[in-house]
Amino acid sequence: MDFSFTEEQELLRNSIAKFLAGNYGFETRRKIVKSDLGWQPEYWKQFAELGLLAAPLPEAHGGLGGGPVDVLIVMEEFGKKIVVEPFVPTVVIGGGFLKRASAALQQQWLPKIAGGEAIFAFAYAEPNGRYNLAELATVAKKQGPNYVLNGRKAVVLAGPWADQLIVTARTAGGPRNEKGVTVFLVDRKSKGISARDYPTVDELRASEIAFENVEVPAANVIGEPDNGLPLVEQVTDEAIAATCAEACGAMKALVDATVDYSKTRKQFGVPIGKFQVLQHRMVDMFTAYEQSVSITYMLTLKLGESDAARKKAASAAKVQIGKAGRFVGQSAVQIHGGMGMTEELSVGHYFARLSMIDAQFGNVDHHLRRYAALG
Amino acid sequence: MDLTFSPQEEAFRREVRSFIAENLPPDLKGRSRRDMTSKDDFVRWHKILAKKGWVAPAWPREYGGPGWSVTQRYIFNEECAEAETPLVLPFGIAMVGPVIYTFGNDEQKKKFLPRILSGDDWWCQGYSEPGAGSDLASLKTRAVREGGHYIVNGQKTWTTLAQYANWIFCLVRTDPDAKQQEGISFLLIDMNTPGITVKPIIVLGGVHEVNEVFFDNVKVPVENRIGEENKGWTYAKFLLVHERSGIAGVARSKKAIERLRQIGEAEKVDGTPLVDTEEFARKISEVEIELSALEFTELRTLAQESKGRMAGPESSILKIKGTEIQQRITELTLEAVGYYGFPDYHAFNDNEYPVGPDYALGQSSHYLNMRKASIYGGSNEIQRNIIAKMVLGL
Repeated sequence: MDFSFTEEQELLRNSIAKFLAGNYGFETRRKIVKSDLGWQPEYWKQFAELGLLAAPLPEAHGGLGGGPVDVLIVMEEFGKKIVVEPFVPTVVIGGGFLKRASAALQQQWLPKIAGGEAIFAFAYAEPNGRYNLAELATVAKKQGPNYVLNGRKAVVLAGPWADQLIVTARTAGGPRNEKGVTVFLVDRKSKGISARDYPTVDELRASEIAFENVEVPAANVIGEPDNGLPLVEQVTDEAIAATCAEACGAMKALVDATVDYSKTRKQFGVPIGKFQVLQHRMVDMFTAYEQSVSITYMLTLKLGESDAARKKAASAAKVQIGKAGRFVGQSAVQIHGGMGMTEELSVGHYFARLSMIDAQFGNVDHHLRRYAALG
Repeated sequence: MDLTFSPQEEAFRREVRSFIAENLPPDLKGRSRRDMTSKDDFVRWHKILAKKGWVAPAWPREYGGPGWSVTQRYIFNEECAEAETPLVLPFGIAMVGPVIYTFGNDEQKKKFLPRILSGDDWWCQGYSEPGAGSDLASLKTRAVREGGHYIVNGQKTWTTLAQYANWIFCLVRTDPDAKQQEGISFLLIDMNTPGITVKPIIVLGGVHEVNEVFFDNVKVPVENRIGEENKGWTYAKFLLVHERSGIAGVARSKKAIERLRQIGEAEKVDGTPLVDTEEFARKISEVEIELSALEFTELRTLAQESKGRMAGPESSILKIKGTEIQQRITELTLEAVGYYGFPDYHAFNDNEYPVGPDYALGQSSHYLNMRKASIYGGSNEIQRNIIAKMVLGL
């Protein structure tokens, strides 16, 4: 048994941490999220130069041949600074689908992802589907060499920034059938796509995307037609692992900030950290964080195991993160008092992100159900 | 013990219901579901109630209250919540008003009470300071007597909606040498006095609800002091207890649970309404049961009050449980709206159609914003300290 990181992985972590320490201070981040674009493409190029974007991608296509542990490292560091740039949509999800796509698609897109030249968004959720990945009202019909796509996708994170979309659609079967789901790579500029872009409460950007008779070449199907659900679940579980790592980073930042604040803020003539009731609450925050790290490691190491083992681990982790994220976020605000609610302090922004992570890829209840159903 | 309403009380309920139905402007209905900060919205509803004589249900008749029984006040609250009227802000009606008619002199009563009732004055609360939050008695804003005036210097913070206020009631230190709680006085200060500066504090979502208020050599006439010099803490404590008893928000929480159920009917989990899934049904039931208990805790408190016994420190229970329940409902609502918690509703203009279902609009911001409830009015940790010390004798 070994929970240590390799020398290359430590280097990766250090280079990210160093870059973010120098370039992603809280004030800089505020400017980025308030800018028209809402992200910093210049940084994306630098992430590419640092090798972050290539880290988990296959060597044959410009990647560095790393794996889930490299993603964990990147996302923990990103979480500590609540980085908004679309690493999960592009590298984990876009890269995750494309490395299992046809040789032609791999060759075309993986080097672009590694080089920072393509941004992806995952259009899977729908206005009425909640968290069921197979509940799709978006349909695709085969017509000659193309599929024709019609439907609506909800809350596509990084949608306004993406030039490529990964879209799930129903090609056969009834609502919620496991069979009949197909995954498409769709150019965001395709004729028939209209989008409404907006900011999210956790300072990302998202789109509502409508597809009206959008023609997609059959060659852009990723994985097996009509049998895409297992792949969607696999990549979503990988995205869950990455998002859990982000949450761990964010929790770490909140635990540290809260402990520091409690040592300097004085009431009744003593630092408030001297009050036992707050000490215990901070110990519980710390414990929740440590438990979250543990379960995120567990999931990261099980991503390559059987479908059943991976799914169970992903749901377990998402439950733990959902609960811990809420507790740590709320407690950090409570202990900071009014200050924790202000725009000018970072605490509230971490809290907002952690609150929304629970809703991403299925919340606590959804994953408890999925976990229990797996037996 | 009796739970039924008398025929007179039922008639009163019908009267209130039809008054609200006829007088609540449609655009104000439900505004308080989201975090409302527009001055006009508050003032319009306040004036409608004032005209009817119903804006201050708890005030004695001699000062302009309607002379209602505890039960009538309870019914009135329920009907307002049911109709989703805007709230009547507490700073004038529920806070400084009762202080003035309990401890103020006749001049003060004559000068201030009618304008609180009419809504012509907008009051804000000058209690917290940057260094005095939970430890309120450590406040440092200084008032020095010079002839017929106090000269006030210092800073208040977290002052809710001070940007609209023309009056502020303030705790100030008049004797720096006395024991902390014994050197404090209670002053009413005209916000238009030279030397007062209001600076916004922007909270999550870009909301401007609270402020810092700075005092730089502000001249306040001595006649604006409530009661005796250096006895301000007594009046402040009276007010805090008053604030706590209004803070439970039972009727509003009932309505919020009803809304939550409606959302849960509309949201489908694999085709089943969310409210019918076992986990969610259980969670709604749990919070509803807690609310029922709190409702009866509040009724017991009110019943005592109606027999002339002022609410004691046990009213901290109402603050703790009331705010915990409010926050729990916002958590469940955020869970219920799923992905449509993401859109930042502050980013949409009023005339712009928001994304997602109407019921999801602003729920995430409201969840984040409502974390303030366990902090304001004496944090829930402080409320527990009060019960530990004053009730349990620990």
